[in-house]
Order: sequence, then C-alpha cells, then structure tokens
Amino acid sequence: MRVQTREAIRSCKMQDLSKLENEALARIADAGDEAALEAARVDLLGKKGSISEALKTLGTMTPDERKAKGPIINGMRDRVTAALAARKGALGDVALEAKLKAERVDVTLPVRPEMQGRIHPVSQILDEATAIFADMGFAIAEGPDIETDDNNFTKLNIPPEHPARQMHDTFYLKAKADGTRHLLRTHTSPVQVRTMLAQKPPIRIIVPGRVYRMDSDQTHTPMFHQIEGLVIDENSHMGHLKWILEEFCRALFEVPKVEMRFRPSHFPFTEPSAEVDIRCDRSGGEVKLGQGNDWLEILGCGMVHPKVIEMCGHDPAKYQGFAWGMGLDRLAMLKYGAPDLRAFFEGDMRWLKHYGFAALDMPSLAGGLSR
Amino acid sequence: MKFTLSWLKDHLDTDAPVEKIADTLTHIGLEVESVHDKAKDLAPFTVAYVVSAEKHPNADKLRVCIVDTGKEKLQVVCGAPNARAGMKGVFAHAGTTIPGTGVELKKSAIRGVESNGMLCSEREMGLSQEHDGIIELPDDAPIGKPFAEVLGTNDPLIEIKLTPNRPDCTGVRGVARDLAAANLGRLKPDAAIKIVPRFKNPIAIGLHFDDAAKNACPVFAGRMVKGVKNGPSPAWLQQRLKAVGLRPISALVDITNLISLDRARPLHVYDADKLKGEIHARLAKKGESVLALDGKTYELDAEMCVIADDNGVLGLGGVMGGETTGVTETTTNVFIESAYFDPVRTARTGRELGINSDARYRFERGVDPEYVTEGLDLATKLVMDLCGGEPSDLTVAGRAPDTKRDVTFDPGLVEKLCGLKIHAGEAMTILDRLGFRAVVGTRVAVPSWRPDVHGPADLVEEVVRIAGLDKIPSTPLPRPSTVPLPVLTPMQKRVRAAKRTLASRGMTEAMTWSFVAKAQAELFGGVPEALLLANPISADLDAMRPSVLPGLLAAAGRNAARGQKDLGLFEVGPQFTGPEPGEQLTAASGIRVGSGPRNWGKQPWNADVFQAKADVMAILEACGVAPDSAQVTADAPAWYHPGRSGALRLGPKNVLAYFGELHPRVLAAYDLTGPIAAFEVMLETLPAQKAKPTKTKSKLELSEYQAVERDFAFVIDAKVPATDVIKAAATADRALIESVTVFDVYEGQGVDPGKKSIAISVRLQPKDRTLTEAEIEAAMSKIKGAVAKATGATLRA
Repeated sequence: MRVQTREAIRSCKMQDLSKLENEALARIADAGDEAALEAARVDLLGKKGSISEALKTLGTMTPDERKAKGPIINGMRDRVTAALAARKGALGDVALEAKLKAERVDVTLPVRPEMQGRIHPVSQILDEATAIFADMGFAIAEGPDIETDDNNFTKLNIPPEHPARQMHDTFYLKAKADGTRHLLRTHTSPVQVRTMLAQKPPIRIIVPGRVYRMDSDQTHTPMFHQIEGLVIDENSHMGHLKWILEEFCRALFEVPKVEMRFRPSHFPFTEPSAEVDIRCDRSGGEVKLGQGNDWLEILGCGMVHPKVIEMCGHDPAKYQGFAWGMGLDRLAMLKYGAPDLRAFFEGDMRWLKHYGFAALDMPSLAGGLSR
Repeated sequence: MKFTLSWLKDHLDTDAPVEKIADTLTHIGLEVESVHDKAKDLAPFTVAYVVSAEKHPNADKLRVCIVDTGKEKLQVVCGAPNARAGMKGVFAHAGTTIPGTGVELKKSAIRGVESNGMLCSEREMGLSQEHDGIIELPDDAPIGKPFAEVLGTNDPLIEIKLTPNRPDCTGVRGVARDLAAANLGRLKPDAAIKIVPRFKNPIAIGLHFDDAAKNACPVFAGRMVKGVKNGPSPAWLQQRLKAVGLRPISALVDITNLISLDRARPLHVYDADKLKGEIHARLAKKGESVLALDGKTYELDAEMCVIADDNGVLGLGGVMGGETTGVTETTTNVFIESAYFDPVRTARTGRELGINSDARYRFERGVDPEYVTEGLDLATKLVMDLCGGEPSDLTVAGRAPDTKRDVTFDPGLVEKLCGLKIHAGEAMTILDRLGFRAVVGTRVAVPSWRPDVHGPADLVEEVVRIAGLDKIPSTPLPRPSTVPLPVLTPMQKRVRAAKRTLASRGMTEAMTWSFVAKAQAELFGGVPEALLLANPISADLDAMRPSVLPGLLAAAGRNAARGQKDLGLFEVGPQFTGPEPGEQLTAASGIRVGSGPRNWGKQPWNADVFQAKADVMAILEACGVAPDSAQVTADAPAWYHPGRSGALRLGPKNVLAYFGELHPRVLAAYDLTGPIAAFEVMLETLPAQKAKPTKTKSKLELSEYQAVERDFAFVIDAKVPATDVIKAAATADRALIESVTVFDVYEGQGVDPGKKSIAISVRLQPKDRTLTEAEIEAAMSKIKGAVAKATGATLRA
C-alpha cells in the first residue's frame, strides 16, 4: 500500500496530490476531539504518514522533477501542519469553554463575612480633638484615675468643707490606716496640678480621661470622659480662650461657624469663670447645631485662679492663663447625635456598630475629621 | 432661687420687659432656668357679661346664654348650675387652648344648639380644682378686660440657677442690685427702720461654746414682741409666697419666710411663752435629739450647732427650727431670732441629717454678717404691722464676724486677664453699683454681703461679668511658627495603635466601668481591701477592676441575652494594681466569642488560644515590638484555661501579655458558654522603641540564588514545646537558614502514645552561590542533629 502510494505519488499527476491534500484537510476538520486529531496527525505527518511519504518521494526524484514538485509537496505539508495546529487550538477553546461553563457559581450569594471592627465614638472624638489641638501646639497630658484629695480639690482652691466638694459627689476609696483616703478623680483638673508642679510655663496641654461622679440618669453616668485644656504663660487671656474654643468647635463640628455664648459662672479654680453655650435647635427631640434659638451648655472655663498657680509653684504675678473642661462623651453625643449617655458604656454591639467608626477612619485635619 | 417680676420691682426701678431682664440675668452670671408667665397662659381669656341665660330646648341641665364679650354678643351653651343672666364670668373663644385641660376649644353644636365659646371654671383655668361652677367675677370687672389683669397674676415667675459663691442673690434685693449694676434700672433705696422699744426683753440670750467652736454661732440677736395676734397673713403676702411655691402658714411664719427670700436673711420665731430660761446656742450633746418643724425627729451629734433653753434642744441652728416652741394661731408673745451660723458647720449638719431647708441654703453660702440686727428690725416692723403688738429692746449675744477687707483694683488687669479694654471710670461705676466702695488709692472695700471676693482677680470678674463677656474680643492665640511637631507620647501612640489594630482585625471597641463587683474582681485575681470604694454607687460596682475582662464579659453576656453570641470586643483602659495614684496599667484587652457570623463559606475565626495569641502579636507588632523577641510561656493566670493559655514575657518578671481560652468557671459566672478567647496586653510593660537618628530603613539585600525548601517530620515527646524544635532548626545554620515554619502537628494513630509528630519546612537561602546537592544534604543533617540534640527528636519513619 505504502509502496503503491509512493509509486503513485512519484508518478502521479497534480490532481492526485490535490486529492491527497483535500482528504487530509477533511480528516483534520472532522476530528471531533484531541484523540482523533492526534490519530489524524500520525496518519498524515507521522513517520509513515501519507504526507511524510509524499515528502520522501522528493529524494528519489530528478533535480528537474524535484524542482517542479518540491514546492507543491512542501506547500501541502505546510498547509496540513497549519490546519492541524488550528484545529488543535479550536478544540482546546471548545474544551476550555465547556470546563468554564461547568465551573459557574451563583454570584448573587452574599460575600464571606469579614468581622467588621469598630472604634468607639469616644476614642474617635478624642482623636479628632487631638488632631485639632496638636495643630495649635497643645500636648496631651494624662494622669491617674485614683487621685489624692490634695490634687483633686485642695490645690484647685477647693479647701475641705468647700461647698463645691459636695457638688462633685465624689467616690472615695476606703480610708487608709492614717485616716487619709484617696478618691476617684471627679474631673481631669488634677492633671493641671500635676503638670504645673512638674513643668515651668509656657504650658499648653489638653487632658483627656475618665472621671467619676456619683450620678446616674439618662445624661449622667458614674463614669464619663472629660477633656480639658490648660494654657499658662505670661500673656494669654480670655480673648485667646474665646478664640480657641470658637476655632475648636468650628473645626470639631465641621460647620462654617458655631455661635457661642459666654456666661459668667463660678468655679473655685478659675477667676473670672464662664460657662459656654452653643446655639442650637432642640425642636423635634434632636439637637441641631448652628441653627435655632436654643442654647446648649457645653463647657466651663476661665482664667486660672492666682491661688492655683501659686499652689502649683509658680508666681501668679508673672504667670497667667486659662483652662477649660468639657465632656468628651457629650461632644460625641452632640456631633454624632447619640441620645443616651448610658449607652456609651453598655457594650451593646448594635449600638457600637451604629455609632462606631471603621479602623481606617483616622481623623486628620487634611482629610477632614470625619467622613 | 425663684421670684416674681413684681417682687423684683419692689427693689428695682425699671421699665425693662421680663425678656430683657431674663436675658440680662443670664448674661451677668445669674443664669435663668425658666421664666413662667401665667399671664401668657391666661391671655386669651377676657371678662364677659352674661346678657341672658335660657334653658336648653333639648337638655334640662344646659343653658343657652348670650354673652357680651365687649366686642360682640355670642351664643354659648353652658352646663354650669350658676350660669345666669346678669353675672360676669371668664370667657374663652373657640380656638383657645384651655390651660386646665390642654384641649383646644372648638366651635360646636351641643344637642343641636350652636355654641361659640365657653364660660370657664377655676379648674379649666388651671387655678384650682374647683369645677362645681363657672368663675363669678365681681360686678365692677370691666367687660372685655384680660382676665389675668382682674386676677392679678400678671406677674411672671423667674427662676435662676445660683452658683454657690453668691449668697447675696439668695435674696431678691441682691438680684436687683446686680441688675442695677448692669444698668437695667435703679436699685430703690432701702428705708431705714427704727424700732422704739416699749419694754425690756425678758428673755436672756447666751452663746455657750468653747474656743474651738466659737465660730459656730458668733452672734445671736433676739427681741420679743408681745401682744401679737397671729393668723393667716394678708392676701398680698400669701400671694407672694404662693407665687414662688411656698405654702403660707401664719402671719408670723410667713414674715420670716418673706425676709429670708427677700433679703437672704433667715430668721426664726418662737412662741415666747413656751421658752424656759435662757435661750442659747451651743453644740449638741451626743444622744440629744430634736423634733424639727418638718415633723421628724433627728438624732444629733456633738458637731452640730443647736438652739436650746432650759428644757433642752429647741432647733438646729441655721438648718431648721423645732416643733415644740414654734408659733401657733394662739401665740400672743413672739420671740424673733436673728443669728449668724457658720457656713461649714451648717452645711455639715444639713448634710448629715439630710435636711435641705431655705435657711441651710442661705447660711451654708454665708449670709451677710452685718444684716443680723437690721433683718431683725425689719421682721419686727412687719410683725407689728401685720399682727400688732409691742416690741422689746434688742438683745445681742456675741458679735458679728468682722469680714471688713479691701482689695486692690487695677483697671489694667481687666485687659491683661480678659483682653477687654475698659475705661477705669466705667469699671469703678460698676463696682460702686455692686456695693464696692473706693477706699484710698486703688483700694476698694468689699461689701459685707460678698464673702466670695478676696483678690484683684475677683474684682476683674465683677467688672467683666457686668460689662459683658460678649464684649471680649476673640483673639487668635499665637501659634507655633513651624509645622506643628508631633505631640503624642510613646504610650499615647501605643494606645492608638492597639485600638486601631484590633478594630482592623474585626474587633469592636467597648468602654466599660472602671469598677466592678468585688465578686467579679475575685475571679480575676481579686483586689486588696484598699481598692474597694467606700461609697460605691451600687453594691455591684464596688471594686476598682484588676482586669478589663470582667466588663467585657458582662457586655458579652448582655449581647448574648439579646441573641448576639458571636462577637469580638476589646477595650483599652485602666486596670488597677494598687490603691496609690499611678498604681494602674493600661491594658489592651479583648475577648472573642464564637467564630463570627454563620455563613455558607468558612467561619472568619475560631475563639481559641491561637486567635488570642495572634491578636496579642498584632498589638505588639503595631507597638513596634518584634513578636519574636518575647518569650512564650504556658503560665497564664487562673482565669485562663490551664492547658490552653500562655504568657508573653521579656525576662522572668516582665509580663507583656496573657492570652488563651478563658476558664470555664469564669465563663459560668457570666452565664456564658465557651470557648472564649481572651487576651490582655499591658501596654506600659512593652519595651520602649529605640530612638533612631533617621527614619532610613536598613539596606535590603536580596539573593539572586535559588532558595531550597526541605521538609522534616520529627517525632518528639508530646510535652516538648514546638518552639524548641523551631528554635533548634533555625539556629542549626544561621547563615543559610532563612525561615522555619510548622506545617503539621499530629498525635494519634501511627505515633507512639506520649509522643507527637511535628512537621517543619526549612527554607535555605544561599547568598553567594547555588547550593549543591552535597551542601543541601549537609545542611539537612545539621538540622536533624540540632533538633535531635535539643529535643530528643527522631525523624518520623
């Protein structure tokens, strides 16, 4: 058969070669899968394949014959080889297509839950306040939760039996053997004392922290957070205090302007003293800043009492300054509209998820304090 | 402190409307809490004349009245039995809200007859509970006139919140003085009172204190008025007291209450016939008690100042009078007491006994020591005016404390402290109107009613609060001239890093109380007696927490009760190690319960020891501590699962963190079911990061040669910690071995009992050549040798 073929080819006419090529191409086109295609390739281009046989005849030809038939037979081989490759590619595409079709999933399924963590609104508002005050050159000072009576009261011009001590509703630890008893600080102001005792003016600090008072209702909890500020140098006065508070509120609440009202008040550790209200609208049960005709008290402040400066080791004739204190939780309540202070300390996941912040929501002045 | 506008106008000559007065009060530091204007509630109601009243055609008890309102004649259906032609009543138009019911009146047809308004009862007006008939006004009440005017309640009630430094403003006259200083009117002069004694006071007065307690009551003045007729006080006085919420009692008592509210001068009246012997002030004796005017009996201690006579204790000085010697309707001879009681002692007595009285309110703030006898004279005059009688002469024991002082006033200080430029003359005018008198040079005398003013800064406050804090110009604080420098301390950065890291790992930040129940504290190592609160707000919040975990577990319990069992909660906050200030650590602590929300895929995490350990490592990393630098030991405290917990330490004493599954006994105390993974990182104990001169990172050297990984399965004693295998392998050839990872740990079939198989993968990274087979073989045998030597491991067959 093969010898016959070879003979046939050698002697054959162009029509026979053409037929061989057509049959080869038809066989390739008919190959339904990779196995059939491989069988076709062996039969055509394998060692003893029909095309290979045709190529072998070239060696037996005369130079003239070769010159005439060589290009024809080689061209045939090239076209069959190309057809094989093309068919192989096409069969591969079909197979991949089928495989991928089989791998289809239901894309409407919900994503795999990642546990979304939250930052507590008090931490968030503290980071916001820190960003603002750091920009104004304030450092952050902290102090212990358990304090001495001296730091919490006496050095702040609240001597024993002063009526203001009752207003503070202090938690005391059990008395020590010598009769003295420490307390849970009722405000962050003892850190003013600690800072002034440790450092010479100029002083610019803010003091955030936990404070404790025997109080419990919707707007009072036995523990809450304060943030206070202290500036001591030779010239800072109430006008500066006003500016700081105005700028702080404007920046914190992220509104063009917060209208403020300074009311004279009384604190033993400041003189003169003031309370500050901000304009808001309380109609409809929620507080809206920057509009309306109601006033909401947000902080107490004043010029540091000369006696406090003196008791903390500095000359009140030379140094002066101011301090202010406000509720950190209250700021968060106001800015983010959380109505119930008690909920801040409940650890209710629903509340924390709603009022909390994403880990990457890091407040910055450049990017805006909150999203 | 409450007063009415008309009362204020007794002392203040002003035309200012109540709104302006209220606004000014707030602006000068007498914060207005409320202005209640009853006239406003009653404004829509007018006097009307009933022209006719005919029986309702369809109802026996109703009348159809024609009412003349002064503007028009309207038909009104009325059900009151006293509605009749010719009377005058209070008329409400349709559309008016009725104060007593809060309901808006509507035009309607009552049993088929149109009604265009209502004639009101006292109850409907909110005046009383009287509802048997409609209000009948006097015949001379002008038709159409506002009812409020006829009633005389055209008098707004003002309530102010007083700061404790202003005893003078516990009397209406003090408030008026402040308003006058603020230019809102003129303080009316006070008429001098001269009492002409008609007989000698028969009642002796004494002060019996030893030197230490002498200031309890330094002065006690008294006078008798005999032949008085006590009874209900006149309408104006009753009205005045009622308006501020006081119950009129009798003329004599009402007079003392009036003067207390008007002049901040508490007084007391005794039925002189019930006194026996000398009336005197002294300290109480232990075991004494007194029946006070509130009807309660109080046990006294030896620090309390009492008024007594030969029969014993009569009343509590400065706090409350006694029942037995009080005046009654039949009192004919009255003894009036006016004294000065020490603020501190008065406050203490009131606090100890739980008595909040108008007298205590004033004495504990400090009454005007120079008004003791003047107040007594004023009371005497009123007693004689309202009850008749003849006054005795005045008896005074002791002397009023001398509080005379003067203070330097420096007008320049106003600008220096407040940034407010104010003319010296204007400042002096303000001080003068407040009662401060120029003495000599820059000295001004402080009035006796201002115990709060002691230094130049106090005078600055007086000037500025009256001139107006709103006049202080907002002044930019000079800012740093450079880009602001970082301000956070390393600790503050750690706290931030820990919070943000944990939140990024799926945990939610909570904040819980710094105090817990003692029993809860016991579960976490307990607290010394010294860390218990003497006066906790409740028994379950009585101990300063030794750990943050109890608060988190309690929160987890509450969430679980609501159906939210899977959660990760953390808190960065204080835990207390001792009772002295500063004996506290900042713990970054957290718990993970369950494995995250159920879903069709993989659960987000496992609440196991390795989850807790991973959280700890993440915190360390975020705080700049290489996690490998710390030693892991299997000795966490008792609140952890003893087999599934550990500690991270630097050296034997310095514990950085605990982690692990919590002990089932702890969980049971919170009604929680485990496992719960927990960790506590004590942020202060972390090593400080070394300060580096530059932020340049070390040079990165990447090898161009191929790395080789080889796996080993060792069999070792089950008790040998994995870390020993890892360490031995890693140090077998430090130059070549880049990393060692554990990829399998197995105990069970195929491994001898008491043994475990641990499979590690070692990555060899040559730096200067490609490793030959022989070199790899050599390294492998080094590793086998090192691990075998360190742990007794054999290669698993």
